[in-house]
Amino acid sequence: MTDQTLSPEATVAAPPAHAIARKPVSDAVAGWLLSLPLAGVLLFFLVLPILMIVVVSFWGATEFSIYPAFQFDNYEFLLTSPVTYQVFFNTVKYALITWAITLVIGFTVAYFLAFHVRSLTWQVVLFLLCTIPFWTSNIIRMISWIPFLGRNGIANSTLISMGVIDEPLEWLLFSDFSVILAFVHLYTLFMVVPIFNTMMRIDKSLIEAAYDNGASGFQTLVNVIIPLTKPGIMIGSIFVITLVMGDFITVRFMSGSQKANVGRLISNDIALLQYPSAAATAVILLITVLIVIAILLRFVDIRKEL
Amino acid sequence: MEKRTRSFYGLAAFFGLFLVFLYGPTITIAILSFQGPGGGLTFPMRGVSVHWFADLFEQQAVGDIWGSFSRSLVLGLMVMVTTVVVSVMGGLAFRKRFPGSGIVFYLIITSLVIPSILVSLGVGLIFSQSGLTVHWSTSGFGSQLTWTLPFGLLIMFAVFNRFDKSYEEAARDQGASAWQTVRHVVLPIIAPMLIGVALFGFTLSYDEFARTLLTAGSHNTLPLEIYGMTTNVTTPVIFALGTLTTVFSFLIIALFIAVVGVMNRRRSRRGSDAGQGLV
Repeated sequence: MTDQTLSPEATVAAPPAHAIARKPVSDAVAGWLLSLPLAGVLLFFLVLPILMIVVVSFWGATEFSIYPAFQFDNYEFLLTSPVTYQVFFNTVKYALITWAITLVIGFTVAYFLAFHVRSLTWQVVLFLLCTIPFWTSNIIRMISWIPFLGRNGIANSTLISMGVIDEPLEWLLFSDFSVILAFVHLYTLFMVVPIFNTMMRIDKSLIEAAYDNGASGFQTLVNVIIPLTKPGIMIGSIFVITLVMGDFITVRFMSGSQKANVGRLISNDIALLQYPSAAATAVILLITVLIVIAILLRFVDIRKEL
Repeated sequence: MEKRTRSFYGLAAFFGLFLVFLYGPTITIAILSFQGPGGGLTFPMRGVSVHWFADLFEQQAVGDIWGSFSRSLVLGLMVMVTTVVVSVMGGLAFRKRFPGSGIVFYLIITSLVIPSILVSLGVGLIFSQSGLTVHWSTSGFGSQLTWTLPFGLLIMFAVFNRFDKSYEEAARDQGASAWQTVRHVVLPIIAPMLIGVALFGFTLSYDEFARTLLTAGSHNTLPLEIYGMTTNVTTPVIFALGTLTTVFSFLIIALFIAVVGVMNRRRSRRGSDAGQGLV
């Protein structure tokens, strides 16, 4: 009230400046300015590196150096070698098996936390317990399987003393088994977190309604909870599948360099300084991963789920 | 759901087993790191000692782990601060759609799902072909941001999706400028979540391996150093190192969680200032 009576000129003069500042055009400018650092980082350390890999995949290499060229030799070699297909098959195999196991474990854990733990405090505490390993070193977590799985490790000596086996099992460490075990160990929480997040947003009255209409616990799970949890499952699946497909270090470490996936193919070429060939493999891996993501994204609108 | 059903106990047992699976190996190497001087990489324990921890302090036994630890620490802090600042700015930008926001959004998703080794290889190639030297604080720093920023931004998107805009409108109605609104209203409200973003920024950087592999240059970060050790160290000294860095990670996580707890408590204490302005 006092404002209006004191200085009519000021109030008349001020609004136009404000009005201009709030026009949609300036929203765009503000958006650009605020996302500038982000866009800069992504441009220099994501977009340019990908372009560089695509370019170098057409280059040639000698034993010591690489030289600019435009040749399809790298792709030709890659796509005609039976090793490539075998390694891609292995990569997909690891991804599918790990995905299935992490999905079952992750869903069960999230379901327990969301629907069977009743106090919010306990939910938070137990949820944190599940997520803490995410913030610790993956390499250490891989190393810590050695005392379990080795020839004289805990698993073998326990089984022998129980009389289940006479000789130590050789396939526990440095095998597909240990690779997948490590993947499940490292990545299950990528399933737990998004699935739990979606479950917590399910309206509890829907579940009561299902019970009131005579549904059993299992029917409620299959017909109400699972369909409503689908977005979380999809996001978790995207995480697990891309992490496993892009991995090279877990496979190398847990298989004692005896198994191969695409990531290892790339890292071996890098170690031999065969960057063009590594780049060609990387391009094909990237295309594969993006196709898988595109398929999974058809089932979920990520922007809506945040 | 009044009474505990049988499925509750079944699921609780499953959950317990999951926790054992999650933490069992870590606890095992923690125990084995106290192996006696003659002990090996697995049980039985041949005595109990801190021999292997002492080894960590001898340069020739383990290489440059303290140098790599301090580099990882500095890099982690750099990445943490950058992640928080860039994520908040990005989060604010994405509250309104702007031309190009869709592209940036899909770049963020790409950054999250792209195999780490591609970032490592690509950044390494750019630096080597343009005659720049790779160094953990330049190429390594940038590569790690492609991993921490998506997490920071996803958290910020989630935060701002649930943000009650009426607080800001109230501030604006009281004559606050855009900057004042952000500084005195928005930031204090989202502060606990920023601690979460900082936690992601620091720990993901501190533990990052694949994206730093070809971008760290001649001075290793700690995960690279540890990985190097796995190929040539066959004594429990590696368990001692693993235990120490895991304890360090736990301390960092506990610190962050404690800060969030204190902030929330302080907020609920001061939460309502209804009537205070009148007196």
